[in-house]
Amino acid sequence: MDFLSFFVLVPLLMLVCFLPCKNIRQIRAVAVVGSSILLGLSVALVFMFIGERTAGNTAEMLFIFDRLWFPSLNIHYSVGVDGISVVMLLLSSVIVFTGVFASWNQKPLTKEFFMWLILLATGVFGFFISVDLFTMLLFYEVALIPMYLLIGVWGTGKKEYSAMKLTLMLMGGSALMMVGIFGIYFNSAGDVGMYTFNLQEIAQNGIPIEAQRIFFPLTFIGFGVLGAMFPFHTWSPDGHASAPTAVSMLHAGVLMKLGGYGCFRVAISLMPEAAHEQAWFFLILTGISVVYGAFGACAQKDLKYINAYSSVSHCGLVLFAILMLNETAMTGAIMQMLSHGLMTALFFALIGMIYGRTHTRDIREMGGLMRIIPFLSVSYVIAGLASLGLPGFSGFVSEMMIFVGSFQHTDMFHRAFTIVACSSIVITAVYILRVVGKILFGGVQNEHHKTLTDATWFEKIAVVTLIVCITGIGFFPSFVSDIIKDSLTIMTNW
Amino acid sequence: MDLSNYLLMKQEMSLMVVFLILIVYDLFASDNLKKYFQPVACLLFLIHTIYGFFPQATGTSFAGMYVCSGAVISMKNILNVGVLLVLLQSNGWLSKEDTSFKRGEFFMLTLLTLFGMYLMISSGNFILFYIGLETASLPMAALAAFDKYKKNSAEAGAKYIFNAVFSSACLLFGLSFLYGACGTFYFDDLANCVYSTPLLVMSLVFISVGLFFKISLVPFHFWTADVYQGAPTNVTAYLSTISKGAAVFALMTILYKVFGTMFDEWGKMLWWIVLISITVGNLFAMRQTDLKRFLAFSSVSQAGYIALAVLAYSPEGLSSMMFYVLVYIFSNMAAFGVINTIETKTGKVEMSDYNGLYKTNPKLALAMMIALFSLGGIPPLAGFFSKFFVFTAAAAKGEYLLVLLALLNTIISLYYYLLVVRAMFINPNETPIENFKSDGYMKISLVFCMVGLIVVGLVSGFFEHLSSVNF
Repeated sequence: MDFLSFFVLVPLLMLVCFLPCKNIRQIRAVAVVGSSILLGLSVALVFMFIGERTAGNTAEMLFIFDRLWFPSLNIHYSVGVDGISVVMLLLSSVIVFTGVFASWNQKPLTKEFFMWLILLATGVFGFFISVDLFTMLLFYEVALIPMYLLIGVWGTGKKEYSAMKLTLMLMGGSALMMVGIFGIYFNSAGDVGMYTFNLQEIAQNGIPIEAQRIFFPLTFIGFGVLGAMFPFHTWSPDGHASAPTAVSMLHAGVLMKLGGYGCFRVAISLMPEAAHEQAWFFLILTGISVVYGAFGACAQKDLKYINAYSSVSHCGLVLFAILMLNETAMTGAIMQMLSHGLMTALFFALIGMIYGRTHTRDIREMGGLMRIIPFLSVSYVIAGLASLGLPGFSGFVSEMMIFVGSFQHTDMFHRAFTIVACSSIVITAVYILRVVGKILFGGVQNEHHKTLTDATWFEKIAVVTLIVCITGIGFFPSFVSDIIKDSLTIMTNW
Repeated sequence: MDLSNYLLMKQEMSLMVVFLILIVYDLFASDNLKKYFQPVACLLFLIHTIYGFFPQATGTSFAGMYVCSGAVISMKNILNVGVLLVLLQSNGWLSKEDTSFKRGEFFMLTLLTLFGMYLMISSGNFILFYIGLETASLPMAALAAFDKYKKNSAEAGAKYIFNAVFSSACLLFGLSFLYGACGTFYFDDLANCVYSTPLLVMSLVFISVGLFFKISLVPFHFWTADVYQGAPTNVTAYLSTISKGAAVFALMTILYKVFGTMFDEWGKMLWWIVLISITVGNLFAMRQTDLKRFLAFSSVSQAGYIALAVLAYSPEGLSSMMFYVLVYIFSNMAAFGVINTIETKTGKVEMSDYNGLYKTNPKLALAMMIALFSLGGIPPLAGFFSKFFVFTAAAAKGEYLLVLLALLNTIISLYYYLLVVRAMFINPNETPIENFKSDGYMKISLVFCMVGLIVVGLVSGFFEHLSSVNF
């Protein structure tokens, strides 16, 4: 058994362990132990990875494990990681870990909730370790379908509508993607004469440019739907707003990164020529996402909607940076994925905790919470500041790199769009500060709110873990950028 | 006569033995002994099914009239597994007062139709093919009308027989053209003389239409919903899986073997048939509230996906088609199994009756959900793999547009499958179906389906075996 497969095996074992659980304590115990093991595994992986790299191993993918699955179609169960997937695995395990604490008192049907949640996590981990397109697609769809029940059963508001919309739109994305994958597969033979699903082999063999022109947009849009690219972002606000806390965290924090990661790993690195040709079109779309998401957030009154739109804007920035096709911007994009994942998870966790106390998410009905629940409020301010890119937090590093990278293009078109996208920073400040001012400071809006209690210990664990990660990246960004650097130099050598 | 010809017909022989034993048992056993009819019948059929998996000689007999190839053997095994599930699921319904006295008849008729299908899929000559087809479809009408005191069931029987006769007429009409043009009914000889003339195109169209009726592809699907709704649920399950699977295999054999040179013609025809079958089936399924009608339209659209594999016109098409049918049998039998138990216990088949099912009968709800997800092609269930392989086969031919349209259709299908999931898991209900115990046979069959749905996809051996066989 190889090391990476444990990322899939551990969640599957957790699912089995949930079955005989009788009460909520046992369920919590399994969830905490399992997610801690996952977190430990991913931290260990980071150090093993750095160890290999310093020992001079320059292979693109490390810890490769490959086994033939369906010989007739040359489908392999094939796993391996490069710097980017290592970072993504770390992000996922942090968020799964904190998500467990954020849904400490999840009711009703606790056991089912955790089982679906962990099934979702299985898909996410599997996706990030795969280097075979078929396994990748399989895990991708495994991660999608639990969302329907998680939102539909445990959600709030117009949950059935949101759950259906989210599932169908994401499946639509995967339909486009599947055609893209078929296109890649049947053009992957190169000189070898054997079709393959293996990412590295495809990249080596190269895909004919005529095929790239057709299948690049399909694949990019397919993954772009999950990355909330305009105009396919509409599932995101509804879905995030209706989902229960841990699901919003996992979804905005990790699942949307699947989109960015897929765009990068599949669409762009396998079909670079077409990416160069067609990047302008998608730059326009993602540019719109960035600004539109930010303006959308300004107009909302529901805390979750505000953050959902902010996610559209920030994830748009990820795709925007990827399409710049240079190393600095791409490093920025990966940092942004990481940073946005942590930040938005923190936001949704805090919103869930505040909502659990005040029973409202409407910002007009809250005020002066800073004096009543100081821990949560301070954390909210920290999340907000990280989100608007204050130095010292992860958001600053990533946005800085993205815009520096983008500005390296000297032509008018890229410059103009970079400037437009930059303006989103200002708009972000508007909606973040508006919310912070409205709900945390000022007079108390509702007399009942005066008796609220501050965070419990399990809530504090979740919040503190996330804040530590955010500030950690903010102060030591080179730690992360060193890990991902080698993977990008290989990929940007076009 | 050379008796060694019969040596290749091992599965037919074995089925006949089972059939004869059961007929004698049913006729001569005392009432006391008849209690054991169901277990004995299931056990005998299980032995027959297992016997089919033993290695077997391939070749042709009766001067090429009867063909026994790897694909035919695999297809018969797949059908056997499906029929075994049908027989297991029949117990609850057959134990009811108004049907228990004709339990034997159900088994006779079912095995007889299966025998017909055997002949149909292993024929190398249109005469044998036609005999098989009729042997398969006439008893089927009797099965559809099995609950003859219920108006719907009688109506279903009548509708089925009219459609069966009409489709046979189409088929025979096409065959007459074919015979007129080529002067032979042997597939091998026909393959050499078939080329694109107007007469043969006519013959191709009529023969295909005759089979499209059986597979219930749009626009020949109109009988499907009414017959599926009216027939006893167990028979509906049989119709929708076994009968359809055998007909698709026959269609594939004829198109590939006889009309192979006319791919340009039937490829175009099938392209549109596939597209409208998938789309119309899906669009109509969305509006159904009766679960049997719902699954009827769902199976129309599934038939479209199966036909997509036929369109691939390649060995991969053959293997992915058989794999799809196998998975489809497991998924549909599980879904119909759940409907069957609930209908037998409570008489409810409306989708709104299923509201809140998870709270009272969690296992049934889970089984239903897994079955529907597999039909919708959600991994890691087998349905995902079967859809993927079918699409791969079609994409290998360059049919990217059709694959894309079919994939977009899976979203529609997922929508209505999720409606049922929503009913069971999310919708509140004041008076949900009460908790009850399903009978043992049904449990075995559902467990078998669930294991199948998980194992058949993830374990590559099944698909690899099917890709190693050929006509």
